[in-house]
Amino acid sequence: MSTAIESSTQPVSASPVVPAERRATSLILRAREFGIFGVLFLFVLFTSIAQPRFLSLQNIKFILIDTTVFALLAIGETLVIVSRNVDLSVGSVLGVAAFVSSNLYQIDPGISIIVVFAVGIGVGLACGLGNGILVAFGKVPSLVVTLATLYIIRGLDVLIVGGNQVVANALPSSFLAVASGSVLGIPVISIIVAAMVLLAAYYLRNFRSGRDLYAIGSNPSAAQLVGIPTSKRVLIAFVISGALAGLAGVIWASYYGTINSTAGNGYELQVVAAVVVGGVAIFGGSGSVVGAAIGALLLNTINSALYVLGVSAFWDQAIAGLLLLVAISLDKGIASYLAKVLRGRSRNHGA
Amino acid sequence: MKKTLSSLLLVGVSSVALVACGTTSSSSTTASGSSTSGSSSSGSSTSAKNVKVFVIPKQLGNSYFTTADSVKSGGALAAVQQLGATGSETSGNASTPSAQLPAIQAAISQGAKALVISATDPTALCPTLDAAMKKGVTVVTYDSDAPTCRTLFINQASTAQIGTSEVDLLAKQIHDTGQIAIVSASASSTNQNQWIGYMKQELKKYPKMQLVSIVYGNDDPATATQVTQGLLQQYPNLKGIISPTTVGIAAAAALLDTPQYRGKIALTGLGTPDEMKKYVADGTVQSFELWNPANLGYLAGYAAVELATHKITNKQGTTFTAGKLGKFTIGADHTILLGPPYVFTKANINNFNF
Amino acid sequence: MALDVVDQSATAGSDAVGNPSPIRRLLRPLLRWEGGLALVLVISVVGGSLLSPEFLTASNIFNLQLSIGEIAIMALPLTLIIISGEIDLSVASTLGLSSSVLGYLWLHHWSMGLIIIVVLALGALLGLFNGLLVTRLGLPSLAVTIGTLTLYSGIALIVLGSTIVSNFPLSYTNIGVNSVPGVDLSYSMLIFFILAILAAVLAHYTSFGRSIYAIGSSPEAAAYAGIRVKRVKTILFVLSGVVCALAGILFTFRLSTAEYNNGSGLELNAVSISLLAGVSIFGGRGTIVGVVLSVATLGVIQNALLLTSFPQQAMGVVIGGLLLVSVFVPNISLLRNYLRSRRLRSNAALVDDAGSNG
Repeated sequence: MSTAIESSTQPVSASPVVPAERRATSLILRAREFGIFGVLFLFVLFTSIAQPRFLSLQNIKFILIDTTVFALLAIGETLVIVSRNVDLSVGSVLGVAAFVSSNLYQIDPGISIIVVFAVGIGVGLACGLGNGILVAFGKVPSLVVTLATLYIIRGLDVLIVGGNQVVANALPSSFLAVASGSVLGIPVISIIVAAMVLLAAYYLRNFRSGRDLYAIGSNPSAAQLVGIPTSKRVLIAFVISGALAGLAGVIWASYYGTINSTAGNGYELQVVAAVVVGGVAIFGGSGSVVGAAIGALLLNTINSALYVLGVSAFWDQAIAGLLLLVAISLDKGIASYLAKVLRGRSRNHGA
Repeated sequence: MKKTLSSLLLVGVSSVALVACGTTSSSSTTASGSSTSGSSSSGSSTSAKNVKVFVIPKQLGNSYFTTADSVKSGGALAAVQQLGATGSETSGNASTPSAQLPAIQAAISQGAKALVISATDPTALCPTLDAAMKKGVTVVTYDSDAPTCRTLFINQASTAQIGTSEVDLLAKQIHDTGQIAIVSASASSTNQNQWIGYMKQELKKYPKMQLVSIVYGNDDPATATQVTQGLLQQYPNLKGIISPTTVGIAAAAALLDTPQYRGKIALTGLGTPDEMKKYVADGTVQSFELWNPANLGYLAGYAAVELATHKITNKQGTTFTAGKLGKFTIGADHTILLGPPYVFTKANINNFNF
Repeated sequence: MALDVVDQSATAGSDAVGNPSPIRRLLRPLLRWEGGLALVLVISVVGGSLLSPEFLTASNIFNLQLSIGEIAIMALPLTLIIISGEIDLSVASTLGLSSSVLGYLWLHHWSMGLIIIVVLALGALLGLFNGLLVTRLGLPSLAVTIGTLTLYSGIALIVLGSTIVSNFPLSYTNIGVNSVPGVDLSYSMLIFFILAILAAVLAHYTSFGRSIYAIGSSPEAAAYAGIRVKRVKTILFVLSGVVCALAGILFTFRLSTAEYNNGSGLELNAVSISLLAGVSIFGGRGTIVGVVLSVATLGVIQNALLLTSFPQQAMGVVIGGLLLVSVFVPNISLLRNYLRSRRLRSNAALVDDAGSNG
């Protein structure tokens, strides 16, 4: 049941009977996703009228693959932001995981792909653990900690990479196929990431430790007082964010095939943008993983549309920036409108 | 036609030279190095012993520049070492003038006699470099020039030739016919824009080839991939892509490396053999070109020490022997041309490791 | 983490309103944070001069000033914005767009005096746009300024495209590379010091400044106290825009180059300066003295490392490590209090009190 609520990319699915209060909150959550989904829908509609090839199978595939890395990062970032923290180190973590994992093939060409993925995720997990310990037990603001680890991890990455790089020729085709393989025209990797989005959404809604993150984000001191182990929860959020950034790094390596110390440079702000566009409150306490993933999809769709429409190369960055602002404003507008409507309705019920 | 022929001829000659230098033993390079300094030493020249050379690429951690600079690959620092001077590599961690400038200034503070620089910007470094030259520091640029504020520029290949030869390479692959596009680096990259200028000129020779779009991947794999995807959707009849930047061509090749596009859309440009081996082996890319970055660095390092010790001057017509690379003559605008770009194909790509 | 949030706002709250002794209020942060920073600065200066004979030369110190000048200038209004509880990530794009417009107008033969006025006005406009989006539409500044970061540098690309303007006369570009006559001070550093004094007066000695801290501590409480929160925040964003435009002009003259991607990526450097200065990212805390010390510390360390054989690739590790240490040191006492009170089985509310007064 709850999966249906959380995963409602089609928001008009009939939901079973639930207590009134929960229904109201889930309605708001769904409405938030509906808002961003509506923006995405309108955007796709207008673009495909202008250029029908925008909706070609091939282009949809391109957009989906391009989104996977950001969607993965957005899952972790959402968990962190919901708990009133932020993780700015994801781009650097992605970079170091991409190189360390794919470089295994240059050391031992016969290495198992499972080991490569495990190492990538492990590297990410270790970085996330470091961030988490510093933030949760060191009692320092996460923005400062992760800005510092952004520099530190990137610096270590540059040192590890040295002047080397991993090239496509050193990577087996089975590894390169991870990002490019598809079933019925849909990239396998996108299906897996979509499943992970739903899984994370299910976790946030239905597991106590998931819901605790919202409580921590809404009111940290109150959460502490009612006995939520805040440090532990926040630590886990950072660990998951790190591990997912590590996984995203391995997929990045598989997709682009050439890996040096610049992989993932500057991704941190793009991920935060995607999450915020997806309706996750930057000061914690509300938002959903599904919304964040749609946010990542929307940003990639905007970029793709500008390139497919052949907007002058000099103009597309400005338009992308403007559309980002429009998306945030629209989402905010829709959300506050719906909140007003819902408030009015519950008042009527009360009377 | 004549031009094409001669350039092909040059390419052939250089291919021999490249292969030859790959097999030169280290003992012979030292021998030629010492003989040069022995024969050309005159009263005015100073010993290389106290000459500090700083090699300052656009950015640290970039494998192209590591090849161009390092001792191991036989790049700039190898030449500096061979001539008995002391050398070290320094730069910023981003390819911007504001990151490169502090490194340049620190090098000057540390008593640099010569700087070997790949300029992150043609003009932005000039106030600093001009001041350095006034103090007697030799400034040799390589890879990317700062034309108004250096002693000598080592040009990897003639600008015109890079532009025209890439169009010729592509024309051969698509039989002189069809829509083509360019995936460049950043919009304000001087190198790129000059090469593209010559490409446009050369395209006049191929009336059936139509340049439909120039897009900018900003030397970021993700952006380069997305702009190339956009090209494929916007121009379903696209026949060829030129990407005169190593990041762009690798990203485009990874994207085209599917049965759907392989062999149907031709791709050429500037790439490094290591990065492109897979795509050449599986037929995604037939041919592309580049110079030997280690030789480029070596020549720059060699010339810098020779200039700093007053063994040579930067006057047009000056001739000197640059160790393992042989004889070079300084041309107009205080520029030395390394040679024509080298074309890599399935037949030769496995001979190269950089 | 949760506790930390409470602690900091509590500290800030007492800073802004309740504390009876203004002298103690002024001195306490100096002893705690700025004192630590000053110590780090002294250590790095001594270390730098021991490691490299060139470090303490006039020309090197001048270069040091040049390399950090514009970022330092941008960090000043950014610090005030962070104290008010917001953030501005569009600072580097504002610099880039200002530089591009300067180049464009110069290319079209405008007089430099007029150009400078136009560019500063443009900066104000860009800041106003940020400010209105944040205050009138109620959008989070982090999101808004990530958007305008892209938008402003996008507009710069439209304005200049592939053009690089570098034909500025020496009389202007000398401002970027020469020292102020008589002193070994770059113009950018002189401007930084002037602006720092102005900002310090504004922040610490005016009612406007006090309202910045009050807003940062608690926007609701500030609003109830009659402070026009939206107006104050909008003014701060406008100030940031103007100052970043000024930094853009200096940047253009220093490099004698106007290009669309001038300054790209510098936003996080500016944020790092503010955070190293001890400015709380949750608002309400931070001093301009801290910013000056932070600028000096970062500049000295980066410069000293460049003069030694330290692998430059690891610069990020040092800067990041410094940021971590700086944020941890003041928290050690906090942590000790926390542990002690845990032992005494006091409740969480008491811990907050101890942390804020200790």
